Parts: sequence; structure tokens; C-alpha cells
Amino acid sequence: MEAAAAGRDSMRAPPAPAVSAILALRGVTCMFGGLKAVSDLDLDLPPGILAGLIGPNGAGKTTVFNLITGVYTPTEGEIVFEGKPIQGRPTSAIARGGVARTFQSPRLFAELTCLDNVRIACHTHADARLLDSVLATQRSVDEEADILQRSDALLETFALSQYRDSLARSLPYGQQRRLEIARALAAEPRLLLLDEPAAGLNPQETETLMDLIRQAQEFYELTVLLIEHDMKVVMGICQRITVLDYGVKIAEGDPDRIRRDPAVIEAYLGEGP
Amino acid sequence: MSQRKFSLWRRVLWTAGALLAAWALDRIAAKAVNPYIYRILVLCGLNAILALSLNLVNGITGQFSIGHAGFMAVGAYTSAAFTVYAVPKLFGVDAAEGGLGAAFPLLCAILLGGACSAVAGFLVGLPSMRLRGDYLAIVTLGFGEIIRVVILNVEAVGGARGFAGVPHRTNLAWVLGGVLGTFVVIRHLMRSYHGRAFLAIREDEIAAESLGVPTTRYKVMAFVIAAFFAGAAGALFAHYTYLHTNSFTFMKSIEVIVMVVLGGMGSLTGSLLGATILTALPEALRFASSDRLIIYSILLIILMIVRPQGILGRGELSLRGLTRLWRRPRPAGTP
Repeated sequence: MEAAAAGRDSMRAPPAPAVSAILALRGVTCMFGGLKAVSDLDLDLPPGILAGLIGPNGAGKTTVFNLITGVYTPTEGEIVFEGKPIQGRPTSAIARGGVARTFQSPRLFAELTCLDNVRIACHTHADARLLDSVLATQRSVDEEADILQRSDALLETFALSQYRDSLARSLPYGQQRRLEIARALAAEPRLLLLDEPAAGLNPQETETLMDLIRQAQEFYELTVLLIEHDMKVVMGICQRITVLDYGVKIAEGDPDRIRRDPAVIEAYLGEGP
Repeated sequence: MSQRKFSLWRRVLWTAGALLAAWALDRIAAKAVNPYIYRILVLCGLNAILALSLNLVNGITGQFSIGHAGFMAVGAYTSAAFTVYAVPKLFGVDAAEGGLGAAFPLLCAILLGGACSAVAGFLVGLPSMRLRGDYLAIVTLGFGEIIRVVILNVEAVGGARGFAGVPHRTNLAWVLGGVLGTFVVIRHLMRSYHGRAFLAIREDEIAAESLGVPTTRYKVMAFVIAAFFAGAAGALFAHYTYLHTNSFTFMKSIEVIVMVVLGGMGSLTGSLLGATILTALPEALRFASSDRLIIYSILLIILMIVRPQGILGRGELSLRGLTRLWRRPRPAGTP
């Protein structure tokens, strides 16, 4: 199965030096009681890369996302985003700083319309004061018009315009996934974290979604880090892959190298030849 | 609405028109209906302010507060104390006599009551907004009772005898103005990104936070805004009728919650409807004398079985359906 995805241009250059990394994890450890969910993890993402994070169940992939987005605070180590340490900052502040994410199972605002789902994410760069909103001043009115316009444009890009005024929970599952990515992009991130974007999708839907992710990455000049279980997806789309097992990084490199790495094969791809 | 140019003049005209209408309605009501009905109308209005403001916390932001009567009490007693002790010194004894000159001191008292209540809301909200669900409910319940018991023991505001000597200056015009003000403020909020942040918290706090909404801040904000209006309603109440802590028991908080739930959690017009129905219904059932509370309860139970989401659910009652008939279609994207 993995072999089928071979032949894609892969990034053969060594990882970019740490100084230019948009995101850098240095010796990050996260303990839950006695359990080391993530252990001494180093990770550098050069700007504009589409990187993958893979590993067996319970390897700590989602924990890494939660650490980057400030849901958890690392027990040890440093997380640097665009040159500034972000560990220990509130999740919302990190989001405002330019990191957006999606969740393993979509966390949409189920009882709100698709439009409102996207509009809420525009919160990151809205700055009308409460009083402006209460009095509906020109400033607030202009800003809302701007938010509306950008949200509609995003819905259009993600082919969700027809669902604009439908409640998010009424959407088919595949569209919910798209809506969640559209919503994350509405926050205008520079780093996008996707937690299993293709989970629960059929192969065709997966392919469309991956194309969309790639296009969005180019169009918005994003750096993307994605967690994925579907090996075909990861190998096909990612320029660089990091493999976690029991919270420890066991391999890192381009898809070809990962595919051949014996440690990865043993931990993840099979029981060994 | 959102694409219309802002015009200060139109705002001023609308506000003046609304205040004039409230005044006219008050004059008409005072002439056309008997004092009993008039009193029910005033209480409907007060309850509407309470229900609208509580809806911001319970319906829109999805937190569960059962201490609303406590905030009402803070507003009522601070404004009453202001009127009794400070107004004669600040505005002269004439101001206490009534007339148009008394309007400004009353306005000050209402704003002060709201402000004190908002401060109380902030002090309670800041530590307790990290709690969820049942825990928050217990904290707010405790707060409401503490406030009541504290006031009960302050001799300067009458203690257990009730606070006598507060001039009764509130009329239907003031109350209608309050309802309108509360409604417009919350409505405007809900059309802005601030309002959507409240909704996001109700729907999914973790997702909201991950999209840049500082959830704790917004929860406290909702709490403070709601407390302000509850305090203002309390101030209006204090200047309308006999002031005693018995009006601010736990049961009062429950009453307001029932109004919000009955009208529809998250629906502003629903809160207006719920407040009106629940204030008028016990009066309308007076013919049944001692059975009326039983009938009242049964009606509530039936309604909750038939429409558990409340009368309006999350929808809003609007004139838009009517106005669409003669207005040209609204530009796409208006809320």
C-alpha cells in the first residue's frame, strides 16, 4: 500500500536550520502523573512546509498539538513560534498569534449556521471595542461587513456556500470536516495544525480534501502540520514526516526515508519483515 | 442593517422617539387602565429586563447562574440608599419632592445601582467562571443568598424591617425605557463578533478558545453585563414599591430562570414573551383563588412537555416577515 504512493517529489535537502523555523519544539516533555506522553521532543518546521506527524495509537500526536496550542503546558522544554516562546500562554492568545487547528473529531459549533461558524473564527483580528458593538458605531458596522465578506469568500472557496445558512450539525460528515478547515483558515493562521483531517472520509473525499489542503497551503502561504493515520495520504502529501512512538521521536525525514526506516516499520507499519 | 451607514442624527431621533413613545404609553396606561393592571404592566417590564439579562448568561453564553436576584438586590439597595442619603445633599431637597427635576437623580440612581451590581458581578464572576455547570450554579446560588442575608442585617437600609422612605418615582415609562435599552444593547451585541463569542462558548468552549476567543474573559463579560441590567431592574423596583429583602430570595432567581427557559434559551424576544406570560398568568388565574398555583404549575409542565425548547426555541419573533412584503429584498448577508 505504501509503495503505491511512491514517486512523489520529496524534499531531499536536510531540515532547514533552526533559526528560520516558524515553529520549533526544543526538548519538550509532557508528563501526566507518572506517564510521559511526550518525551524530550525536538521538532523544527521551516516556513511553508507541509509536514506530517504520524505514529501508532497513543503515540502522543494529539498531545503534541495540544502542547503547541497551549491546551497543555509542557513539563519541560520550550516551544517557539516565529521566534517567540509560547509555552504557558493561553490557547486563545496563541490562536491570535497565528496558530489555528482542527480536531480529531470535528468540534463545530453545532447549533450555529456554517456562516456563523466561520465568522466566529474571525474573532482573532476583530478589534472593535465592546462599546462600539453595543452602540453599533460605524467602526463596528464596517468591521462586521468585512468579516461577513471574508467569511462568505471562504465558504465559497470550500464549496460550502450552499450550506451557508444551515446549522453545522445538519451537514454531511465530509462537509463538516471541510467546514472545520475553512473555520480554522478564517482565523488567518500562519501555522495550521490538522488533526486527522481525513478520518472517516472515503478515498475519494480524502483525495479532494488533500488537494484542497495543498491549494490552501499555497494560496495562504501556510505552514501545515498534519496528523494522519492514512499512510497513503501522509506519503502522498507531506514533504517531511516525523514519527512518534510512545512519545519519543523515532524517525524524521522525507516520505521515502520514512518508508524504509526499520524503526518505523517495526513500530508502525508492521510487525517487521 | 450591518451595511447601513451610521448616522448620529438618526440614532438621536430614534432614541428621542422611543423615549417619547414610552412616556406617551405611560400616560395612556395611567388613564386607560386601573392601577392594578398598571402595576402588572410595570412588573412585566421589570421581569423582562431581568429575563433578557439572565438570558445573556444562561441562554446565550450557556452558563448556569441562579443568583440573579442577588444582583437585583445589590442594584435595588445601592440605588435606594443613594436616593435616600445622597440625593438631598447633591441635588437639594427639592429633587426629592418629585416632578421633572427628579428624573435626573433617578437616572443617576439607576445607573449607580447597575454599576454596583456590575462590580459585584465582576467580583463573583472572576473566580467562579472557571467553574462549570452545577458548580457555577452553586456558587451563584450562594452569592445570591449571602447578599440577601448581608442586606438583612444592615440597619442603615432598614434591615429586616425593609427600607422605608424611598420615594416611589418609577413609572411605566422608566420601565419601558429600561426594557428597550436592555433589548437594544443585547441585540446589538449579538450582531457583533462579541456576541458570537458568547455563542461560541455555549457551543464548544475548547473550539472557541482554539479560534482565539478568550473564553474566561467573555464569560465574565457576559456575567458583568447581565449583572448591570439586573441591578438597573433592581433600582427601578426599589423606586417603585416597598423595598424588602423578601423580594430577592432564591425563588425570585428561579422565577427569572423559568421565564428564560419558557421563552426559549437564547431568544431575546422569547425572554420578553416568557416574562410577560409568567407575570400575567398568576394574575389571570386569580379567579381560581386557592387552586391557581396548582393550575399555574400544571400549565408550565404541559408547556415544557409540548415545547421543551421554549415557546420560541432559539428563534426570534420579528416583523421582518411583514416588512419583507413591501420592502425590496434585503442585500445578501444581512443578519
